[in-house]
Formats: sequence, structure tokens, C-alpha cells
Amino acid sequence: MKTRILGVVALLAVAAATLYGLFGVPADLNQGDAQRIMYPHVSSAWLAYLSFGVTALAGLGWLVRRDLRFDAVAVASAEIGVLFTALAIWGGMMWGRPVWGVFWQWDDPRLTTTALLLALYVGYLLLRRLSDDPKRRATRAAVVGLVAAIDIPIVHFSVIWWRSLHQPPTFLSPDKILNPSAPLQFVLALVGMLAAYTLAWTWLIIRRYQLARAELAREEAVRSGVVRSARSATTASGEGAVAQPSAPAEAAR
Amino acid sequence: MTALRRTATVAWAIARKDAIAEMRGKQAAVSTLTFAAVVLLLFGFALGPDPHRLADAAPGLLWLGLVFAGLFAVGRFHELETEDGALEQLTLYPVDRRSIYAGKAAIGVLAMLVLGALLVPLVAILYAVDVVHALPILALTVVLGSIGFAAVGTFYAGVTVRLRAREVMLPLLVLPIVAPLLLAAVKATTAALAGDPLGELPAWLELLAGFDVVMLIAGAGTYGFLLEE
Repeated sequence: MKTRILGVVALLAVAAATLYGLFGVPADLNQGDAQRIMYPHVSSAWLAYLSFGVTALAGLGWLVRRDLRFDAVAVASAEIGVLFTALAIWGGMMWGRPVWGVFWQWDDPRLTTTALLLALYVGYLLLRRLSDDPKRRATRAAVVGLVAAIDIPIVHFSVIWWRSLHQPPTFLSPDKILNPSAPLQFVLALVGMLAAYTLAWTWLIIRRYQLARAELAREEAVRSGVVRSARSATTASGEGAVAQPSAPAEAAR
Repeated sequence: MTALRRTATVAWAIARKDAIAEMRGKQAAVSTLTFAAVVLLLFGFALGPDPHRLADAAPGLLWLGLVFAGLFAVGRFHELETEDGALEQLTLYPVDRRSIYAGKAAIGVLAMLVLGALLVPLVAILYAVDVVHALPILALTVVLGSIGFAAVGTFYAGVTVRLRAREVMLPLLVLPIVAPLLLAAVKATTAALAGDPLGELPAWLELLAGFDVVMLIAGAGTYGFLLEE
């Protein structure tokens, strides 16, 4: 119930931040309406990096504590991270077309890094799907998540050495903090969007975590023969049924 | 000191065993080398007959050839262990898991160096690039690149060795990780061939060396978990 309230609040917050970003804030002088894409784009990118940080830490947690709940956090965070990485890239391309004139800008370190980030974590998720045993899966995923997290700063650093075209960060440079050039409305729109997206992320993580726990419980039940797997239940009635997945279940009966 | 020596002894024994197996079998080694040569030929077809264009692209093509063929090489040294339960035997030895990783990485580096020794002259011939004047720096770049690639490739070969779809999963996992290595190696090779007019060569070599150190530590630190399974 508490999670549901969080979900409703997150939904309302995202809607409010989106409406404010679209209609409440004036358009940027140079970039026009395209600049409004920045609010969800920056928020998605922040959540992408947050997700993969959480995935790496949860993987470390599994390796140290050997508790499968850590692995459930890792998979939840990785899946949602892939979603927000894709959103960040999509938003960046939609912004790049009118402002840079191209969808894809190879000189931009952040775009290139984010594309590799997507590839790394899609690979992570595929690897998980190929492992059947929960503990093996958790271990493989944990080490791969850790090495990927170590690789990301190197990727970023190496690509920065190419000529950079990206918008320099508006808030994080000390010069800008002392002499704020962005009007308060812009700051408010971005901070509001960041907060709203982070709320939505939290809700998604909790729900996906609960799902991961339920998936694991079902896998255990199938393995111990309490329930038959969906696949064997459907094929058993058909001709030439391959009973392999349900073999332990049959033996237990 | 003795622990380090013991690690080196075990690593040497594993690398030597794999090298002997490859020398006696030869099939995998010959087919990997042939594959690399065919890839370089096909790059020629893909980029057309213009010699300047090929010469300009040569550093990138060299490293793509090395990386693609290297994937077969590092995968191969773990595949060897899947026959007759050899991997289980290997994990049962009462030795530090890091020495197993070190041995597998060492034979991977050796395989990459053999590939490099074939591909660098081949690139010089096929794409009309003068490599002789830059040979020492080129050799250093290939050595640094080989260490980094073997460090990453050996780790992921350990991840995927027991997987159903390891043939596709190994490249899928390794290629995004080695992107910085590819970038730095290509930049270093380009700079070396051009006589380093901008003085950027040391920076790229440093990046390569840094990548090697970080990935060797990460691989050695995590590989042991994979053998526990």
C-alpha cells in the first residue's frame, strides 16, 4: 500500500514537472523549445548512472554476504538503468538534431559513453537470462557488473580526449555557482524534474525488486517440484511433449 | 616473495600446458590466424581500392583485426578446459585462483602477440603502409594492447565458459569493455606511423598502460569467484 502511494505521488510529480517544463518555463534564447528536452534528458542520464552504481554495489553485496536479496536489487537496478539509458540517448538525439544538426555526434564524450553503457548493461541482462542456477547467475552478474562499473570511468576519460562538443555542465562548475547565469525558473524546472524522476525510479526499483523475489520463489518452487513450470504444463498435453524441464517434478511425485 | 614465486610457477605451468596443447593441435591456431588475414582482406574490399583511404584507415583496421581474432584466441583457452571435465580438475588444484587467471591471461597475451606479428606485416603489405621506421613504438603499442585485451578477454572467457551461447556472449561482453583500449591503441598507432607530429603518443600509451593495470587487477580480483561455482 505504501508503495502504491509512492507510485501515485511519483506519477503526479512527473506530470507536474513535465507540465512546468513544457509551459511554465520560458523557452531558451538560443536553443528555443528544444532546450526543454534537457529536463527529462538530464534526469534520465542521472538515473542511468545511479542505477548502474547501485547494480555494482548490490553485486558486491552478494559476493560478500551471499544473500540473494542483493541480487534481486542488482537485477532491478540494471533493468531500470537500461530503460533510463535508452531514454537519455533518445532525448539526446532528439535535442541534437535541431541544435547540432545531427542525431549522433561522435565528438561528444557523454553521448558515446552512454551508448557503450547501454551495450554493457544489455549484455549484463542477456548474461543473466542465460544462467539458470540462481547462485551462479548472481555471481556471474556481480563480477560482470563490477568490471563494467570500473570500465565506465575509463571509457569516459578516454573519449573526453577527443574534442568535446557537449554542453558543459551548467550547475556543477564553481564559476557558475558564484555567478548564476541560469534564471531561477530554469533551475527550478531541472531540479523539480530530477526529484520527480528519482521518485519514479524509486517506485520502479521497489516493484521490480518485489518481482525479482517472486520470480526466484517460483523458480525454487518449480525446482523442488511443488508446482510444475508453465512450459511443461502446456507441452505435456500436446504430442511429443519434451518433458525435460519437469523431470524433477515428475520424479518427486 | 615465495607466494609471488608460487603464483608465477603455477601461471607458467598453465600457460605452458595450453601452449603445448595448441602446438600439437595446431587447428585452432591456424584457423584463427587465417581468420585474421581474411578479415584484413575483406576490409580492403569494404573500403575500396583507393590506396590512400586504406593507408589512412590502416591503424583502425589493424586493431579491429586483432580484436576480432583475439576473441577467438582468448575464448579458445577456456574452451580447451570444457572437454573431459578439465575445468573442474583445474579448480580443484590447491592453488591461488589468481595464478590460474594469470596463466590464462599470459597465454592470451602470447596468442595476441603472435597475431600481432602476423597482422602488422600484413597491414604494411596490403594497405601500403611504411611500418619499418615506427617498428619499436608499434611493437610497444601491440604489447600494451595485447596485455589489456587478454586481461579483459580472459576474465570474460571465464564468465561465459559454461554458458550455452558463449560464442556470441563473449564478443558481446568484451567488445564494449575494450572500447577505450581500441581507441587508445588506434590513436597511438596512428601517431607512431605519422612520426608523432602532435606529441600525443605518450598520453595514449599511458592510457593503454593504465587500462592494462586496472583490468588486470579487476580480473585477478574477481576471476576466483567464477571458479567457485
